[in-house]
Amino acid sequence: KENCRPDGRELGEFRATTVNIGSITTADGSALVKLGNTTVICGVKAELAAPAVDAANKGYIVPNVELPSLCSTRFRSGPPGEEAQAASQFIADVIENSQIIAKEDLCVANGKLAWVLYCDIICLDYDGNILDASAFALLAALKNVQLPSVTINEETGLSEVNLKQKNPLIIRKHPVATSFAIFDDTLLIVDPTAEEEDLATGTVTIVTDDEGRLCSVHKPGGSPLTGAKLQDCITRAVTRHKEVKKLIDKVIKSIKPK
Amino acid sequence: MGATQEEGKMATEGGGCCLRPFSCEQGLLSRPDGSAAFLQGDTSVLVGLYGPAEVKVSKELPDRAALEVLLRPKVGLSGVIERSREQLLRRTCEAVVLGVLHPRTAITLVLQVLSDAGSLLSCCLNAACMGMLDAGLPLSSLFCGVTCAIDLNGVIVLDPTTQQEQEARAVLTFAIDSTEKKVLTATTKGSCSVVEMQQCLAAAQHAADTIFQFYRDSIQRRYSKS
Repeated sequence: KENCRPDGRELGEFRATTVNIGSITTADGSALVKLGNTTVICGVKAELAAPAVDAANKGYIVPNVELPSLCSTRFRSGPPGEEAQAASQFIADVIENSQIIAKEDLCVANGKLAWVLYCDIICLDYDGNILDASAFALLAALKNVQLPSVTINEETGLSEVNLKQKNPLIIRKHPVATSFAIFDDTLLIVDPTAEEEDLATGTVTIVTDDEGRLCSVHKPGGSPLTGAKLQDCITRAVTRHKEVKKLIDKVIKSIKPK
Repeated sequence: MGATQEEGKMATEGGGCCLRPFSCEQGLLSRPDGSAAFLQGDTSVLVGLYGPAEVKVSKELPDRAALEVLLRPKVGLSGVIERSREQLLRRTCEAVVLGVLHPRTAITLVLQVLSDAGSLLSCCLNAACMGMLDAGLPLSSLFCGVTCAIDLNGVIVLDPTTQQEQEARAVLTFAIDSTEKKVLTATTKGSCSVVEMQQCLAAAQHAADTIFQFYRDSIQRRYSKS
């Protein structure tokens, strides 16, 4: 009624977002994102593998979202539940739809060797809006990845990895996800907490990229929305994209080059 | 209970804006409480519905029915994509089923993909709705699934085939509800501009009219016979 939420935010206000890049030294790239209390860490490991026969010049990006029982009482330990699998599929779709990395860039030798990027996104603290945080963590981690240069020795035919010479990945697009919770068909609030998500009658997640193009509109059921309301969400998502992009650029600049 | 079969068509309007011929068969399975087979062109999905029925104590909800959706692919074991689609279907059905009339019960939908020739998700949505109608579940509104593909020239193609989906720049699937033509579910593949998305949505809402008319006709014919 007073247009105010339990934690004092306005309906269109995001929680304080913090990003920490390069915290995992054993990973090729990593990022820790905190969206209020929701904490998500993404680690990217690169390995070499033979490319698929039908896509000989393409590498692989394999995302995996884990919601361990550590992050919330609603998740039991054991095989991944439906929410974790749906989140993994969502992240895979975002990578595919937005072409964040051209898979051709991951190819080392056509038909013989290509990079596989295993992106493990683990939630450490679940307080709602896991999709936004995961997408952001993935983007930040990929920007942080340094791949060693690989050459194929022509005489032996084996690959030689030069760990001293590293190149960053070419990130083509910067997709940013914005999630909304729907209440009673009319009210839309941005960045829901876990409590708000439980009470909501539906959720919408919009992923936009740099040029204001839509990479994904993810509305898995829930209260119906008119086209106009969906348009409002998209407008808000575009604004959010600019904020997040500024934040990422600031963090990348602040890392001292090794 | 005899099976009833109905066929529907959407008149060609020029441009790719027409649906493939679709048909539906209801009440074809004897054991489930409701069943339907929905065919869109060459894509077909069979759905069996059980409920409201006894629920395990661990899964029961005190104030409403607990809905569960199982989607089985044509070949192989269920993977992550099926889980994601199951979540989508479940939340769509939960939005329309009046679960509060049957607390502490379970409603189970089992979908089996019989053949996939494009627009699979919208076929699943349509089959689920027809299945729920056949089972006689209390619903606040009906819904239908429409898939749109935007090809490389920017032309919108409704109900694309597998070939058209692969060549398209973006494929959007919407579930439209019957009362106010609002968007119940939306999922996209590939990237498109905001304007294109709104155009697809408008095209989907228009096509939804045909599908709802088909639902109405098929139910009318079924009950006027007996």
